[in-house]
Amino acid sequence: MTLREQLREKISAAFYRHGLLCASYPVPIILFTSASILTCCYPLLRLPLPGTGPVEFTTGVRDYSVPSHEPQGDLGERPDWYRGPPVAYIQQVLVKAAVSPWDSSLVTVDVFRSPLGRAFSLLEEIRNHVHSDSSGVRSLETLCLQVTDLFPGLRRMQSVLPEHGCLLVSPGNYWQNQRELFDSDPDLLKTIQKHEPQRPAHLDLLFGVPGKYTGVSHYNKKKVVTYTMTLVLSRYDARFLGSLRARLKQLHPSANCSLRDDHMVHVHFKEEIGIAELIPLVTTYIILFAYIYFSTRKIDMVKSKWGLALAAVVTVLSSLLMSVGLCTLFGLTPTLNGGEIFPYLVVVIGLENVLVLTKSVVSTPVDLEVKLRIAQGLSNESWSIMKNMATELCIILIGYFTLVPAIQEFCLFAVVGLVSDFFLQMFFFTTVLSIDIRRMELADLNRRLPAEAGLPPPKPGPLRTREAPPPPRPSPHTITLQTPAFRNLRLPKRLRVVYFLARTRLAQRIIMVGTVIWIGILVYTDPAGIRTYLAAQVSDQSPLGDPGGGGLPPHLGVAPVFRGGDPTSTLGINPAPAPTPIPDNQSQEAPPPSVPQITWGAEDEEGWRRLSFRHWPSLFSYYNITLAKRYISILPVIPVTVHLSPQEAIETRHPQDTKHPPPSIPKVAADIQTDLTLYKVAALGLAAGVLLVLLLFCLYRVLCPRNYGQNGVTHGRRRRGDLPCDDYGYSPPVSEISPLLLRGHSMDIECLASDGMLLASCCLAGQIRVWDAQTGDCLTVIPNHGGCWEQRDGWESVSGAAETECLGSEAHGSSISGDGLSEGEGYPLRRRTAPSRPTLFTDQPDLTPLIDTNFADQPPSHLCTPPREGFDFGGLVERAYMEHEPPSPSAYPSPSSASSSPPSGAHSVWAMELRGNLIAAGRSSGKLELWDAVEGSLRCINEDGVSGITALAFLNNRIVAARLNGSLDFFTVEINKPLGLLQYRGAPGRGSMPPSPCYSSEDVISCQLTRSVQCAHQKPITVLRAAAGRVVAGSQDHTVRVYRLEDSCCLFTLQGHSGGITAIYIDQTMVLASGGQDGAICLWDVLTGSRVSHVYGHRGDVTSLVCTTSCVISSGLDDLICIWDRSTGIKLYSIQQEVGCGASLGVISESLLVTGGQGCVSFWDLNFGDLLQTVYLGQSSDGQGVRQLLVLDNAAIICDFGSELSLVYVPSVLEKLD
Amino acid sequence: SLGLSIYLSVQGGVVGVVTTNLLIRGALLFSVGVFLALVLNLLQVQRNVTLFPPDVISSIFSSAWWVPPCCGTASAMIGLLYPCIDSHLGEPHKFKREWSSVMRCVAVFVGINHASAKVDFANNVQLSLTLAALSVGLWWTFDRSRSGFGLGVSIALLATLATQLLVYNGVFQYTSPDFLYIRSWLPCIFFAGVITMGNIGRQLALYEYKFIQEKTHQD
Repeated sequence: MTLREQLREKISAAFYRHGLLCASYPVPIILFTSASILTCCYPLLRLPLPGTGPVEFTTGVRDYSVPSHEPQGDLGERPDWYRGPPVAYIQQVLVKAAVSPWDSSLVTVDVFRSPLGRAFSLLEEIRNHVHSDSSGVRSLETLCLQVTDLFPGLRRMQSVLPEHGCLLVSPGNYWQNQRELFDSDPDLLKTIQKHEPQRPAHLDLLFGVPGKYTGVSHYNKKKVVTYTMTLVLSRYDARFLGSLRARLKQLHPSANCSLRDDHMVHVHFKEEIGIAELIPLVTTYIILFAYIYFSTRKIDMVKSKWGLALAAVVTVLSSLLMSVGLCTLFGLTPTLNGGEIFPYLVVVIGLENVLVLTKSVVSTPVDLEVKLRIAQGLSNESWSIMKNMATELCIILIGYFTLVPAIQEFCLFAVVGLVSDFFLQMFFFTTVLSIDIRRMELADLNRRLPAEAGLPPPKPGPLRTREAPPPPRPSPHTITLQTPAFRNLRLPKRLRVVYFLARTRLAQRIIMVGTVIWIGILVYTDPAGIRTYLAAQVSDQSPLGDPGGGGLPPHLGVAPVFRGGDPTSTLGINPAPAPTPIPDNQSQEAPPPSVPQITWGAEDEEGWRRLSFRHWPSLFSYYNITLAKRYISILPVIPVTVHLSPQEAIETRHPQDTKHPPPSIPKVAADIQTDLTLYKVAALGLAAGVLLVLLLFCLYRVLCPRNYGQNGVTHGRRRRGDLPCDDYGYSPPVSEISPLLLRGHSMDIECLASDGMLLASCCLAGQIRVWDAQTGDCLTVIPNHGGCWEQRDGWESVSGAAETECLGSEAHGSSISGDGLSEGEGYPLRRRTAPSRPTLFTDQPDLTPLIDTNFADQPPSHLCTPPREGFDFGGLVERAYMEHEPPSPSAYPSPSSASSSPPSGAHSVWAMELRGNLIAAGRSSGKLELWDAVEGSLRCINEDGVSGITALAFLNNRIVAARLNGSLDFFTVEINKPLGLLQYRGAPGRGSMPPSPCYSSEDVISCQLTRSVQCAHQKPITVLRAAAGRVVAGSQDHTVRVYRLEDSCCLFTLQGHSGGITAIYIDQTMVLASGGQDGAICLWDVLTGSRVSHVYGHRGDVTSLVCTTSCVISSGLDDLICIWDRSTGIKLYSIQQEVGCGASLGVISESLLVTGGQGCVSFWDLNFGDLLQTVYLGQSSDGQGVRQLLVLDNAAIICDFGSELSLVYVPSVLEKLD
Repeated sequence: SLGLSIYLSVQGGVVGVVTTNLLIRGALLFSVGVFLALVLNLLQVQRNVTLFPPDVISSIFSSAWWVPPCCGTASAMIGLLYPCIDSHLGEPHKFKREWSSVMRCVAVFVGINHASAKVDFANNVQLSLTLAALSVGLWWTFDRSRSGFGLGVSIALLATLATQLLVYNGVFQYTSPDFLYIRSWLPCIFFAGVITMGNIGRQLALYEYKFIQEKTHQD
C-alpha cells in the first residue's frame, strides 16, 4: 500500500468520523459555527463602512503648518491621507443680515433685498483688502485659487460662476457681482430660482448654506437672511486671513458672538465611483450571480433546494467575511477595494465543494441511517475535496510569490478565505445538509407509505393524452444533473417558446416590470418635483449635514460639550424689545417679531456641515479639479452681522417690489396644487398601470391557455395512434425502413438467444426456431415434442413440400423443417412419441451444404401468404420418420443423459442460450438440452436436476443453469472431435465475418454436471449472467452472488438491494450492475465485491440494465428508461416509454440506444436523449409491445413482435451519428 | 441503399439548418464579445492604458467605434472555431461542460483584465509574467485540451501581430509601450480571451448539436 493510499484511507476515515459527528450533534455544531463566524467577523466592526463619504481631521489653527509629504511616524492620530498641502483652503464669511427693527410698512421683499445688497459692499471689502507687513503686500488676488475655464459642458453655469480669476463664490454671482444689475432686478427670487430646476444644489453653492436656511423667501418668519461668501485660497497665509477677519469684525461687529476660530477641519474625499468604473464592477457582479445561479441550480433531490442553496451562499459569504475579519485581527488592513475583489474571491473559493458534498451525500443509499449517509457521502468525496483544496492552496501560494503587493494581499485573503470556507463546509454546511436529509427522510416516509401500496402506479391508458405533458417523475431518490438544459432543446421550436413562456411566467413578469418602469418614469419626469424633493432630502441627510453624527474622528477641541452648557453662546443681538409687542403688528394675523434676532449658535460654527457632502467636490469639479483621494482644509468661519435700518431697506427697493406684493398665500396654495397634481398623476398612473396589467393578462390568457401546448401537440401529432415520442411530445418522423419479419412461431416468443450469426427463438409452445441472423432465413425448427427432434429425412419429399409452403416473406430456408406450419394449428400433431435417433447425421455428415444448393433455385415464395390451414404434410413427414428406425439408446453421445426413455410430455422452455451452433435450452422440467442449431438435432440431454431451469448462462464450454429451487448447476460441455479439427463456420460470401467456433455435427458432445451448488440462493434465481469468467446470479432473496466460472466457487455475496433482483448486467470489463424490485440500481466492483454506487431510479422493478463505457441504462416497470452516468452514478436524464414497453432495450453503440415500443422500435441518441428514429414492425400497430430485444453484432436488432420476430437493420443515418 | 438515401436527404436538410444555427450561435458570441470588449476597454481607458483620439473618449463606449465590432467578430469566429476543431479532431471536449464552469471562466478572464489594468506592478516583466501564468492557469482550470491551447496560442500571436500593425499605422496607441508598439501583456490577454470565448462557444455548441438533430427530425 503506497503512502498515497494510506493517506487516502486516513483522510477518508477522518471524514467519515467527522460526518458521523456532524450528523449526530447538529444543533451544538451549528451554534458553535455561528459563534465562530461572529467572532471572526467582530473585527470588521472597526473597519470604516464602505462608501464615498468624506472623512475629517481637525487641527488647531495657531500651530498649523502645511503637512509634509513624508509620513511622520510619531503622530498616531494623524490619518495617512493628511500629507502635503491640501487642494485648497476654504474661507467662509458667514453673513447674517436683518432689517431691524422691522417696520410694518415693509413688504416681504425687504426681508432679503437690502441684506443681499450688502453682499456687494462686503465683496468689495474682501476683494480690496490688502495686508502689508514686513514680508510684503498681500491681497486676495495673490492668495486665492485661480481658476480658468469652467469644465466644458457647463457653459450655462458661466453666468453664475467665476471664470479666469479668483474662485470667490457669493450670492452676488447671480448678478455678476454688479450692484447695478442687482438694483435693476425686478424679481430677485425669480433670478435665484431660475437655475433651480436644473441644479438643485445651485442655490447652496452660491449661498454657501442650504437653501432653507438662507431666509431668502417671501415667508421668512425670522426675517434674518443668511449667506456666505466662500473664498477658495490656494495658499494659507495666517496674517492675511487674520487681518481680513479683524477688518470684517471691525466693520460688522458680531456682538456676543463667540464662535470658535481656533481649529480648522481637513476633509478628505474618497475616490468617487463614476459610471465608467461602475460598469465593469456591475459586470463582474452579474457574472458572479450567473455563476452562483448556475451552480446552485445543480443542487437537487434534497428537501429544500432553496435552503441548501442559501446555505451554500452563506457558507461562501461568511467565509469571505471571516477572512477579512481575521486579516484585520492580525493587523492586515485591507487596502484593496473590497467591492472590486469580492467577486473574484467568490469565484476563487467557489461553490464546487459544497455541490460535490451535496451530490455525494444524496447519492448514498437511502436505506442507511442519516448519519451514516452523511458520513459515507463525506468520506466518498474526501479525497477529491482535499486534493482540490491542496491544488488551490498551491496556486494561491504561487500567486503570493509574485511579490506584487496587490496580488499578495488578494492571495492572503484567498488563503484565509479558503481555509475558513473549508471549515464552514465541514461544520456548517454538512450539518445543514444532515438536517435537510433527515427532514427529507421524514417527509419521504410519510409519502411513501401510501404510494407503495399502489405500485406500479396506474397508467392512464395506452394512448397517453397530451393534456398534461408527463411531469418529471417525482421519484425521491434520483439525482438529476443538467437535465433541464438538455430537455429544453428536444422540443419543437413552437412548443419551446410556449413552454418557456409558461415556465418563466415571462409575460406576467414583463408586464409587471414594464408597469413599474412606467410609473417610475412618470414619477421621475413629472413636473411636480418629487425629484427635487428627493434630492433635497438626500442632501439634507448627508453625513456632513449631521453635526452631531457618530463616526467622525474626534475633534481636537471638545467645543460642543462646553457649548451645550454655556448660556452665553447663544445670545440675541437685540434681546430686549422682544417681549413688548408693537401695536402695528397686532393687526396682522400672525405677528412677526418686531426685531429680527440674529443669533449665533454652534451650528453656525461649522455651517458647511449642513451642506451636501458633494458640495465641495462638485464646486471643484466645475473647474475640472478632482477632490478624489485628496483633501481640502476648511478654515474657521468669519462671522459678519449686518443690521440694516428700515429706511435703508426702503431705499434699496425696486419699484416692482411694492407693486406686486408677494402672494404668500397663493404660494402655499400653489404648493398644495402641485402636491395635488402629483397625487393625481400618481393615482392616474397607478390606475392605468393596473388596467394595463389586467388587459395584458387577459390577452395572455386568451393567447396562452392554461394547458400549454395542447393545441400544438394535437396538430403536430401524426395519424398513427401512438407514436412514441419524447417527454415533451415531440415525435420524429417514422422511418421508411421496413423490418424483416421472421414468421413461423405460432405463439408469443418466449426466449431469444443469439450468438451473432444465428438466432434462436423459442415460443410459448416450446418450439425452437433457428434463424440466420444475417438474412433472416429460418434454418431449423425444433418442435416441442418433449425432447424429440426434427430430422431432415427424405430430402426430396421435404423439398417437395417446401414448394408449397410459404412461411413468410423471407423465410426461404424454413422449408427444411417440414412441419413448421402444421404446428401453427395448436399442436394438431403429436407425430411421434419415441425420439428418433440422429443416425442420419452420423451417416451423412455433409447434408448441410445441400441446403443452400437446393434452395438457390427456389422461386421466392414470400409473395404468397402463409396458408393458415396449411398443407398438412404431417403425414408425409411422419411416414418419413417411420421409415427410420429409432436409434438405440447407446448411441447417445452423452453418457449422463440417459435419454433412452423418451422425455415425457411437453415442457416449456424457460431459458435458452446459443453459442457456436449449440442451443442450450432449459426446460421447466429441469432438463437441460443441447441442440445442434443448424441441423436441429439433439446433441445431448441432461436430466440431473428436477427443478425447472429458470436461467441459463453459456460461456466458453461451460453452462450454468439456475433452478427454481435456488440451486445453481455448473455443466461442462466436452467435445470429442473425431477428426481433431475445430471447424469454423463461414458461409460463402461472408468471409469477412469473424469465424466463430462451432461444434460440427460429427463431434461427440457431452454435457457433464461438474458441480451443483444446492443452496446458492434462498429463493428462486431470477437472473443469471456470465461474462469475463464470472457468473452472476440474482435471486428473489435480495442478493447477488458472484461465482467463478472455472471452479464454480462463490466469490462474493452482494447485498444492498431491498427487493428481489430483476436485472443484472456484466460485461468483459468486469462491470457489474444489478437492478432490483425496489427500483434500485447498484454498481459493483466485481474484483473487490464492493458497491460502487447505489441509486434509486424506478418506481417498481428494474426490468432491464445495460451499460456502455460511460453510462448505465436502466428501464423499469414504470416504463421509464433512465440513463445514468456510470462513474458518478448521477442520473443524466430519463425517457418515458410507452406503457408496458419499458423492459426491452439494447445498446447498439456507445451513443445509440434502441428501445421497444408498441409495435415499433425507437432509436435514441444516448448523449442527449433524442429520439432519432422510429421503425414500425408491422403494418398494423395493434398494440403489441416489444418485450424482448437483442442487438446483434452487425448492428442489426432482433425483437419479438407477438408471434413474429422482427429483424431491423439500423438505419445508416444513425451510424453516422456515432 | 435505402438507408443511404435517407442519410443523403437528411444531410441536405442538415446543411441548411447548420447554416442558420451557425448564424444564431455566431450572433450570440458576437454580442458577448462586443459586451466584453466594451467593459474591458472601459477598464483600460480609465487607467489611460490605451489612448484613442480625444473626440471619442467622451462617449460611454470610451473607445473607437470599430473596437467592439472587431472584438465581437473575432470572438464569434473563435467560438465557432473551437467546437468545429473539436469535432474535426474527433476528441470532443468533455472537461467541465457546464455553465457554472463557463461563468467561472469568464469571471477569471475579467479578473485577469482587471489585474492588468488596475494592479500596480513593479515592472512590466513582472506584470507580463504574472498575467501569462494566470492565463495558462485559466487554460488548465477550464480547458485542458491540447487543441484549445494550440488554437489559443496561435490566435493570440496573430492578434498581437495585428495590434502591432494597427498601432504602427497610428490607429491608436499605448501610453507606455514596452513590446515594440504595444504592451507586453497583450498576448496573455488575447490568449485568455481565446480560451474564454472557446469555452463559451463549446458550451453553446453543445446546445447547437441538439438543436440540429431536432431540426433534422422535423424536416
